[in-house]
Amino acid sequence: MNNKLYGNLIFELSHPGRRAYSLPENSFGNHTLPSSCKRAKDAELPECDEFTVVRHYTNHSGNNFGVDNGFYPLGSCTMKYNPTINEEIASMPSFIGLHPRQPIETVQGALEVEYNIQHALASITGMADVTLNPYAGAHGELTGLMIISSYHLQRGDTKRKKVIVPDSAHGTNPASAAVCGLEIVEVKSTEDGLVDVNDLKKLLGDDIAGMMMTNPNTLGLFEKDIPKIARLVHDCGGLLYYDGANLNPLLGIARPGDMGFDVIHLNLHKTFSTPHGGGGPGSGPVGVCEKLIPFLPKPHVCKNENGFYIERAGKKEENSVGDIHVGGYLGNFLVILRAYTYILTMGKDHFKEVGLLATLNANYIKECLKDDYELPIDILCKHEFVFDGLKDKSTGITTMDVAKRLLDYGYHAPTIYFPLLFHEAMMIEPTENESKETIDGFIKTMHLIAKEAIDTPDLLREAPHNTPIGRVDDVLAAKHPILTYQQLVNDKGEES
Amino acid sequence: MNHKFLPHTNEEIRQMLDRIGFKDLDKLYSEIPEEIRFKGEYDILNAMSELEIRAFFDKLGKKNDMLTCFAGGGVYDHYSPSAIANIVSRSEFLTSYTPYQAEISQGTLHYIFEFQSMMAELTGMDIANASMYEGTTATAEAMMVAFNNSKKADTILYSGALNENIIAVLKTYAFFHGVKLKAIETAEGATTLDEVKKGLGEGGIAGVIVQQPNRYGIIEDFTGFADACHEKKTMFIINSVAADLALLKTPGEWGADIAVGDIQSLGLPMSFGGPYAGYMCSTQKLMRKLPGRIVGQTRDNRGQRVFVLTLQAREQHIRRQKATSNICSNQSLMALYATIYMGLMGKEGIKEAAQLSYDAAHYLCEKLVSTGKAKLVYNREFFNEFLIEMENRDDFFEKAIKKGFLPGIKVDDNKLLIAVTEKRTKDEVDSFIELF
Repeated sequence: MNNKLYGNLIFELSHPGRRAYSLPENSFGNHTLPSSCKRAKDAELPECDEFTVVRHYTNHSGNNFGVDNGFYPLGSCTMKYNPTINEEIASMPSFIGLHPRQPIETVQGALEVEYNIQHALASITGMADVTLNPYAGAHGELTGLMIISSYHLQRGDTKRKKVIVPDSAHGTNPASAAVCGLEIVEVKSTEDGLVDVNDLKKLLGDDIAGMMMTNPNTLGLFEKDIPKIARLVHDCGGLLYYDGANLNPLLGIARPGDMGFDVIHLNLHKTFSTPHGGGGPGSGPVGVCEKLIPFLPKPHVCKNENGFYIERAGKKEENSVGDIHVGGYLGNFLVILRAYTYILTMGKDHFKEVGLLATLNANYIKECLKDDYELPIDILCKHEFVFDGLKDKSTGITTMDVAKRLLDYGYHAPTIYFPLLFHEAMMIEPTENESKETIDGFIKTMHLIAKEAIDTPDLLREAPHNTPIGRVDDVLAAKHPILTYQQLVNDKGEES
Repeated sequence: MNHKFLPHTNEEIRQMLDRIGFKDLDKLYSEIPEEIRFKGEYDILNAMSELEIRAFFDKLGKKNDMLTCFAGGGVYDHYSPSAIANIVSRSEFLTSYTPYQAEISQGTLHYIFEFQSMMAELTGMDIANASMYEGTTATAEAMMVAFNNSKKADTILYSGALNENIIAVLKTYAFFHGVKLKAIETAEGATTLDEVKKGLGEGGIAGVIVQQPNRYGIIEDFTGFADACHEKKTMFIINSVAADLALLKTPGEWGADIAVGDIQSLGLPMSFGGPYAGYMCSTQKLMRKLPGRIVGQTRDNRGQRVFVLTLQAREQHIRRQKATSNICSNQSLMALYATIYMGLMGKEGIKEAAQLSYDAAHYLCEKLVSTGKAKLVYNREFFNEFLIEMENRDDFFEKAIKKGFLPGIKVDDNKLLIAVTEKRTKDEVDSFIELF
């Protein structure tokens, strides 16, 4: 990464008359778009030569930090290695050149990929069938909740409008429920950071559509009461939803389907190694148990004696809710293709090592650092754990300061100030791909920062120092929003 | 462990276990009840070598037919300049997370700011967000913005000339979110002001959604729509094919409150349906009502102009169930794709590409109609996609596929929706006509 900011905007490199494109001559004759249909003024896009454009974005990439640059211990995000072979397969012309409306006889290879990964994901999670259509984890949550709602409504059970989520849940859980027209009820955590089963019992009733859980939860702790919780939720007529954000440590060890979950979503960009791409595209497949298969979104890939085909409309006319459609086509196909490549690369023989090593790395870091950092719940964790800031609070150094100082040392920061259960939360997830020397290096740096907090606290308060930019003024951004180049130019005009 | 992605040697595993006081790896899972432990094997293959993986996907790829594409329906085979894929594959972009840590994410934040700026220009709107999943769900999100911000109105009107995928997704979201949906009847393949006014007259309308060009490729005339909507405090939402806005009257000019759609037409490969990205642009007034990520300008403590995720008080990680949406990401890399596309094509190139598509489609349409075997279903202005009616449609369709063409999208029993882009050569178009 550069230490100096490359801060230009493409608009600032524009010179009228330059071009970075070449198109064939028009050989179709001139046809005139009626002026009543035309925009009055051109879109003010930049005018640059090709080299300038290439250099501009290449320079910008130097301001960025990806998993290929260094250790990225972002809790709950599972920042694995993104294998290069995934990218090679996802750029094959025989896949990227396909139109989604091609007749099925002409896309049998693509449909085979979809069908096979539906099957593979079902097997890995212990579910009966899987849809690949949701475009992201939060989109998978929404889809899963739609499936749960449909199930109740079709049975004429219209009272079930509440969804239980733990107080440690990801913010997307309640937000997805709200979009789906459901209400949220929070269940408390015990002092050990697990779902409080007694509190849960009080919430259960005939108005409960279901309960959403992450397991291991957002503290990285396995909800060992899950068989009991599943029985309780099922006994009250509710369904159990698995947020797959934290599936990684369970690969090869335990499956959500066997724990009693009825609906799950996965994040292929976490557990299945597809790149995060600076915030997307992701993919959030949803798996269901047998009785919920009729509620899977359409279109869906199936197989018969003639090969693979796409089921477009529901077979069941009596489904009063109607088919669920959560997007135009069959999901983020190229992301799915990458995940399938990863599944083949790991194979059933190596998948079972993934969870073990992710958990080993996390526990090792936790044990090595717990003298310097506050560990509120000191028990065996899975793939991640949460510190509540520095142990020595007398310095006034916050989790934010520690996070920013880590950037100086060439590490991405952990997830900070989440979960909301602790004021100075710092959530660390190393993944199985990190070697012992990488982890030891991180531990050494964290010790050093703890020492700096005492010796040179101002160094931390003003961190980062070695990055292209310093700490940003978030308040200014929100108070005086400048969201486009046009607004930026106008604002400058006003200033001067 | 002996896998190329798993670096731990047996010796290192032992050292690490020693440090945490465990004898073997299995003990790390001692709290998991026996009854839910997985004792079987995943029903997947054993690990493959890289050579085997290449061979495996080569074989699968050969089961797909690469067709010369004359199909659209929302997904168009546009030209994608070579520089794009090259830059997008840089791992500093590809393998980074959502730019929460602004100090080491200025690359991502700069291009999202550029993307927002370009989309605002293209749509003629004040502002844009950082992108959405894709066009159909972006339209559903726009519907919810209208619904959630209306005090009493609970109904959304949508044009019957919306793409059928958009309608299907709107119906799904509306059903669960408690939105009442009503279709506006079309006349001769387009939405009319009379029907919109009729719908608005019934009262309780939070928003009106139309599409440009519409599902038949027709360029609609929205004159008077915005005024009719705003008179009733109803939001006017236009879904447009992004690339066509290089030439077409913009949602801003039509008086839209929200402009949405897919950016696939801005150089993104068709990729069998995804990943694409959606866009959402709006008036300044709606800034704090928008779903999704938004990037804004600010300063760092060294006095530099920098960019940062902003207006986060709208979002799920702060607002939880009261958020404007459950969306917690954008399709960042696809937004980068479109940003570089617009950077390369520039002010002139996007117009030239759109005009070429327009010319090629009109050339093809005239030639097909002049054979006497087909006629235009609706005699209206179209952009680069048109609907024809013909006898023996299925025979032609099959023949075309055999010759390596995707001749369009079948509509009803006897119609074909045909799209042409700047990517089609004169030879390809003429061979297609010969086949007809």
